[in-house]
Amino acid sequence: MTRAQEFVRANLRNPNAVAYFLMAAGALFFPAIVQFATGGNGDYLVGLAADGGIYILMAIGLNVVVGFAGLLDLGYAAFFAIGSYTYALVASNHLGVTPIGHNLHVPFWIALFIGMFVAAGAGALLGAPTLRLRGDYLAIVTLGFGEIVPRVFRNAGIWTGGVPGISALDVPSLPGWFVGPWVGQDFGWAPDFRFTSANLTAYYVLMVVLITFVVILVNNLHGSRLGRAWMAVREDETAAAASGVNTVTIKLLAFSIGAATSGFAGAFYGAKLSYVSSENFGFIVSVTVLAMVVLGGMGNIPGAMLGGIVLYFILFWLLPNAPLQMQSLASSLGLDSLNHSSPNGWPGIAEVVSRSKYVIFGLILVGIMLLRPQGLLPSQIRKQELRHEEHEALAAPRQLQG
Amino acid sequence: MAAMVQRFRASLITTPTASLINLVGLAIVVVALVATVQRVVTAQGGATYFFQTMGFGLALGAIFALVALGYTMVYGIIELINFAHGDVFTLGAFISAAVLPIFGLTEGRTFGIGLILPLIGVFLVTMLACALINVGIERVAYRPLRHAPRLAPLITAIGMSAFLEGVMNVWRGPFTLHYPDLLPESQIPLGGGVTIAAKAVTVIVLAVVLMVALTVFVNRSTLGKAMRATAQDRDAAQLMGIDINRTIAATFFIGAALAGAGGIIYGLYYNSYSAFDGFTYGLYAFTAAVFGGIGNIPGAALGGILIGVIYAISDGYFTVSWTQVLVFGILIFVLVFRPTGLLGMRVPEK
Repeated sequence: MTRAQEFVRANLRNPNAVAYFLMAAGALFFPAIVQFATGGNGDYLVGLAADGGIYILMAIGLNVVVGFAGLLDLGYAAFFAIGSYTYALVASNHLGVTPIGHNLHVPFWIALFIGMFVAAGAGALLGAPTLRLRGDYLAIVTLGFGEIVPRVFRNAGIWTGGVPGISALDVPSLPGWFVGPWVGQDFGWAPDFRFTSANLTAYYVLMVVLITFVVILVNNLHGSRLGRAWMAVREDETAAAASGVNTVTIKLLAFSIGAATSGFAGAFYGAKLSYVSSENFGFIVSVTVLAMVVLGGMGNIPGAMLGGIVLYFILFWLLPNAPLQMQSLASSLGLDSLNHSSPNGWPGIAEVVSRSKYVIFGLILVGIMLLRPQGLLPSQIRKQELRHEEHEALAAPRQLQG
Repeated sequence: MAAMVQRFRASLITTPTASLINLVGLAIVVVALVATVQRVVTAQGGATYFFQTMGFGLALGAIFALVALGYTMVYGIIELINFAHGDVFTLGAFISAAVLPIFGLTEGRTFGIGLILPLIGVFLVTMLACALINVGIERVAYRPLRHAPRLAPLITAIGMSAFLEGVMNVWRGPFTLHYPDLLPESQIPLGGGVTIAAKAVTVIVLAVVLMVALTVFVNRSTLGKAMRATAQDRDAAQLMGIDINRTIAATFFIGAALAGAGGIIYGLYYNSYSAFDGFTYGLYAFTAAVFGGIGNIPGAALGGILIGVIYAISDGYFTVSWTQVLVFGILIFVLVFRPTGLLGMRVPEK
């Protein structure tokens, strides 16, 4: 047997390896498949996938906080907002109109990391005094923080552009980039390449690269001493502390690394949209990312990614399209009257479907927790722990009798 | 009194870093208080404006207190932050708005006995409906997870919150809806040309009646005793023959009834409501519960009133747009500097 065959055979039974492989293959061929299927008009879909990547990045980051370290962060969108606004401030003309009076145009590749570090700093700043609190208090502190941050950005007037936000942010640029049939040109090399909304495939490729980078990073962390310490803290904080784990530092690191990933995603988001506004960072974003992690499988990186992909597909592709689909379905069934709003309060079936987004959210969160608490693609260690706990629970009464 | 002071002092942490943290917190509180008093004294409008603001603050605080009671009771008994509670509160406004016409209550009725009796009917129906829904939520989403890791019921609570918001959104749409204006609009003179809105007084009286009823119930009835016992030690309570599941369900029932009443009062006072109000108001109420000391019933009432007054003063004497930041800032501030709240005691980590 060759080495390659051995490798395949060893990993075929590992769901994570299969998931990674399928996702990588999917990511690689997605633009080509989409362009082929839509006859070259798939740019919109490729851009949508790049936006989905932002959520996947956030899901990976939140998985560190919730899945690895067991800290419930309900204000995760705050760090996303901080990353976006940091990018907006260091890469646009906006600082020129503030009292500083001097524009900053940091290149995207550096600004990305500035956004990341500022978000991590904010995470450490929030976490340092609050991580001593019990788990559910922490959830509330982060929830409050998540409500405060967008409002501060909205109210800060000249510094953050107030309600309209900051627009005309710099786009990423590269010294050069391949061009080819996918942008309607011959194969070649285009110097001084700028990422624009006309070239969404470039954003997509960038997103895939960023996700790969973050996955490798987080995966290594997970396998390290730090990763094991996170697990120990998650399972039993007192026991972990007794075994010599510095629980506050460990939790602070998880919190900051999660925040950093969110800030990273935020900077990308600002660059791609070329615009930031405080309206886009509400509680709903935090809950969406949390639902992704829970759906996919807390504590498992490919699980969180899978949850991100599935939920993003449902929320941003199925649901926006569902109203029209339902309308045509109702028409074809001869129930045309359902499509029109009536005076007794029926708003039309399309409207009902588009309003039911939150119902679906709620059902996913409750249903997963009740029926499959380990998620779609569970962490193997976590699964064993759950089984272990079951045995313990069964054994307990007997111990009492003995 | 001496015992209370002693308890308060014992509740302060005593390590050097902790006392330093306490000192910083105290300094911030003093500075904020001085700035507020200075602002209130020098502001335009004088006593009339001040009493209007306080009336608004107390009415708002009474609503917060009603909702906060549910949070604090549920937390006291099963240590769960019931995120869906804020949406049960909004549900109270929604259900009562649908029930009002059935009891013949429409806009334009004069305030009197002919209005109060059907209004009591509306209160009873709505409170019962909210209570049953909340008991259902407990049965479906929290009871099966009672022995699961702590994160699990918290996530289902968020899920139930989103679900309820979604249901209300499907039912009436994402709009701000009009709630019938039934309470008197007149001003009650307090002497010296100073008046207070009759609406605010009605709301405060309603809330106080409900809270007194709750306190009497928890302190005097057998079920109330069972609740207190379960909150102190669930296993011991079970060994004493208390039906834990029934007691917990009763807690959810009472908390939701109060929240539902709060929803009606909210509608009557503001004359508007929308499907997503519950999230923010629930958070305010939760802040109030934490402020007063979570798990502590008088604390929740006190915290609610304080948050309402702070809210009103911030709205009335400072800028409206920073009020929410201020309230959530207080939440974080309290949790950092005094996680036990004003009246709470330090509980050892379980």
